[in-house]
Amino acid sequence: MSGGGALAIAGAVRSGERSARDVVEEHLRVIEAAEGDIHAFNLVLADEARAAADEVDRRVAAGEDPGPLAGVPVALKDNLCTRGIPTTCSSRILEGWRPPYDATVVERLRAAGAVAIGKTNLDEFAMGSSTENSAFGPTRNPRDPSRVPGGSSGGSAAAVAAGFAPLALGSDTGGSIRQPAALCGVVGVKPTYGGVSRYGLIAFASSLDQIGPFAATVAEAAVLLEVIGGHDARDSTSIPQPAPAVSAVLDEGVDGLRVGVVRELMDGIDGDVAAHVSRAADALSAAGAKVEEVSVPACVYGLTAYYLIAPAECSSNLARYDGVRYGMRVDADDITAMYGATRAAGFGPEVKRRIMLGTYALSAGYYDAYYGQAQRVRTLLIRDFENAYGDFDALISPTAPTTAFAFGAKTANPMAMYMSDVCTIPSNLAGHPAMSVPFGTGDDGLPVGVQVMADALAEPTMFRVAAALEEAAA
Amino acid sequence: MSEREASGAGALDGARYEIVVGLEVHCELRTRTKLFCGCPNSFGDEPNTNICPVCLGLPGSLPVLNRQAVEYAMRIGEALHCQVRPSIFHRKNYFYPDMPKDYQVSQYDEPINVEGWLELPAGKRIGITRAHMEEDTGKSTHMGGAGRIGDATHSLVDYNRAGVPLVEIVSEPDIRSADEARAYVSELRAILVATGASDGKMEEGSLRVDANVSVRPAHSATFGTRCEIKNMNSLRSLGRAIDYEAARQVDVLQAGGRVVQETRHWNEDEGRTSSMRSKEEAYDYRYFPEPDLVPLVPDEAWRESARCALPPMPGERRRALAEAAGTDPASVALLVELDLDGLVVEAVAAGADARIALNRAANEVAADLEGARRLSPASFAKVVSMEAAAKLTATQAKQVLAALLAGESDDPEAIAARRGFEAMDTTALEIVIDEVIAANPEPWERFKGGDPKVAGLFVGQVMKRTKGKADGKAVTSILRERAGGG
Repeated sequence: MSGGGALAIAGAVRSGERSARDVVEEHLRVIEAAEGDIHAFNLVLADEARAAADEVDRRVAAGEDPGPLAGVPVALKDNLCTRGIPTTCSSRILEGWRPPYDATVVERLRAAGAVAIGKTNLDEFAMGSSTENSAFGPTRNPRDPSRVPGGSSGGSAAAVAAGFAPLALGSDTGGSIRQPAALCGVVGVKPTYGGVSRYGLIAFASSLDQIGPFAATVAEAAVLLEVIGGHDARDSTSIPQPAPAVSAVLDEGVDGLRVGVVRELMDGIDGDVAAHVSRAADALSAAGAKVEEVSVPACVYGLTAYYLIAPAECSSNLARYDGVRYGMRVDADDITAMYGATRAAGFGPEVKRRIMLGTYALSAGYYDAYYGQAQRVRTLLIRDFENAYGDFDALISPTAPTTAFAFGAKTANPMAMYMSDVCTIPSNLAGHPAMSVPFGTGDDGLPVGVQVMADALAEPTMFRVAAALEEAAA
Repeated sequence: MSEREASGAGALDGARYEIVVGLEVHCELRTRTKLFCGCPNSFGDEPNTNICPVCLGLPGSLPVLNRQAVEYAMRIGEALHCQVRPSIFHRKNYFYPDMPKDYQVSQYDEPINVEGWLELPAGKRIGITRAHMEEDTGKSTHMGGAGRIGDATHSLVDYNRAGVPLVEIVSEPDIRSADEARAYVSELRAILVATGASDGKMEEGSLRVDANVSVRPAHSATFGTRCEIKNMNSLRSLGRAIDYEAARQVDVLQAGGRVVQETRHWNEDEGRTSSMRSKEEAYDYRYFPEPDLVPLVPDEAWRESARCALPPMPGERRRALAEAAGTDPASVALLVELDLDGLVVEAVAAGADARIALNRAANEVAADLEGARRLSPASFAKVVSMEAAAKLTATQAKQVLAALLAGESDDPEAIAARRGFEAMDTTALEIVIDEVIAANPEPWERFKGGDPKVAGLFVGQVMKRTKGKADGKAVTSILRERAGGG
């Protein structure tokens, strides 16, 4: 790939040095050459991308401001609604459905001059950590096609890693941006809950879901976050503030910042991965940060709480896929049988497992013991983080316990798969921002990601730490 | 257990059993747009025209709470003397084709309004447990079979109503008869209309009532097992359904049976209730806090403005009218209901006779509510005063009032003059009456003998001779005087 980097592309297109159409054609050629091996996309939007690029070129020619991401191809996770374009969540149940509207982030990308180049593969309804749960087949890790790309935003992570698009959007409910970013060796950001509008993101677990950027570099991820972030009146949980200004602080360094290494998130971690995190801590120390170990005790309950809250919410969010209004319908003798037949045929095993878990957790007589208790853990976790952020500006940990694993390695054991998100889940439960930054490769030659966490709305601090790690890793 | 025959549903054995009723009233709010989106909230439009991704619950859509709906909900809370509190929304999960998300966004254990009361015109207070906000569902029409989903060949769904804002008002089980239930709904309806929150149209489904009915032995301190009755679409069917259901439950108990807690469907044509689903079949709604909405915490200024937006409620108006007219509040309920209390209060304040004003308002004015809108309190006061001063007979006063209501003029004196109405003084009337008596000696004997049939003859003759100017009542009274004295 030539002329790489979202910022370089936008600069060249804005100045008229390069046409957006040329940028799109180049990326379509890369996709055509390698997509067959990777399967990052459910749908490549070749014609739509060409038309959007032509519009950007027209704006440039007319002397209009084409936006900060002029001509930059962006891959969209296929759970983001795109008007008139199939949006599947990698599920059979949404077969044939075309949203009549664009997600807020899609509108904002277009306004910024970005060009949607395809809809990326995911674990069905974003439930999974390997993209093996897609109804349309798995995505392969561009760093090693025998390995998974992580998930659930595996297609978006792979698209950036393979050079199909300099930028991509994913969604992160328990680590679905950060874990695949780590496994594919790219940057992935989960913003503060409410920082990016969820309008048009097909819900998995509403109180945890956030849309966020993938990019090859921290600086590119920063610009993308600035484009998609900020208040949106169509999402009641959207924070009434503009997007955090993160690009401007990237070169401020970490001198004087207090960074904690979360002890509980170093437990049960692959030794090689843990060693990378230690080296990352040393690098931040060398850059002037004050680095210490810190305990966030409730982190150990995070996974358990998550696997009650997320399934509970998903059991309700996914009820609407009932065959009545859109998507798949399997006809049967009466309405109840139709519901059953449609959902049995339309949902894959992991989605069914979580719907059943969540239905049970919310049942009369069990609510308090399960959902209620999980919410109390969430409160506890927020309090523990509050204590930690009294002493530290940012926290670091591994993003994932291991590097990219082989296909089928964890599909037989759901609990082993769930453990992939043990380090990323606490930030979702707390609503805090967190991101994964590539920090070298392991003994197996596969990328290792370091997670940087910060307090709510402290994205600028988080990005400063991430930029320092990126620089140290280079 | 045999079902009570519809025809046999009579009055309850009141001496031995007591009816206990609690009502759940769903009130559609008259907002311009729906509860969580900008679609028009409008009844009777072409099916599936007032819809968007949000009220269709399309994947990825999110709700945004309608401020006006909150305002109306707070007004209802204030009008029902509730505590208006910070609240949250929950999801009520169950599958039904007219519910786009297969959950209903409603309020559960932290509703906006709790612990209020409503005073019936007769003076009894009915407790209000809660009045919470929720979204309406779409409307299903089941084709083929008996019109229920179970035996339909196919169903049509109109989502125009999906997401229309509702307030559900739940009463305490304080109601003790079908009449009281009707009085409660009627009073609640008047209050809801007064708040501006509702148009009160039961026939359009703006107000929908479910009744929890149980019976218990008279003087028992514990409640019996209740059944929830659905599908009453008028005050009349509410009363019939409660009476039927209570009688059915008494039959069950008297036969040595046990009432089963269940939801029952009122069939208006058959005049009976039938089982819809039992407690065992009841849905587990799996309520949990709606994560797509934030807690609703109206500040004091907003609550104050909701309070200030309230006009006087029907109870206050009845008291004001009763005080002005020197009567009891229960007897003037109809005038308040017809919105004629202001007319009477102002007329009395302007010096009109209260008894006559009440009478004319309740009869002649109430019969022409259209005309009542152009009737000024001043002209009404004037015509009442003219009648009280015997410047007009009752008959003449009614004619003048009719002319005022018809918009002929707004000056009662001009109308009376145009018709040549001038009341006869008593002496002149007595002379005419004596002439009539003298001209009819034989009937007069019969009149004196107590034959009521001839009274009409005398009154008619007097009216004829006076060209209708005589006051019928005065004629009768003079005739009686003469008969008694002779």
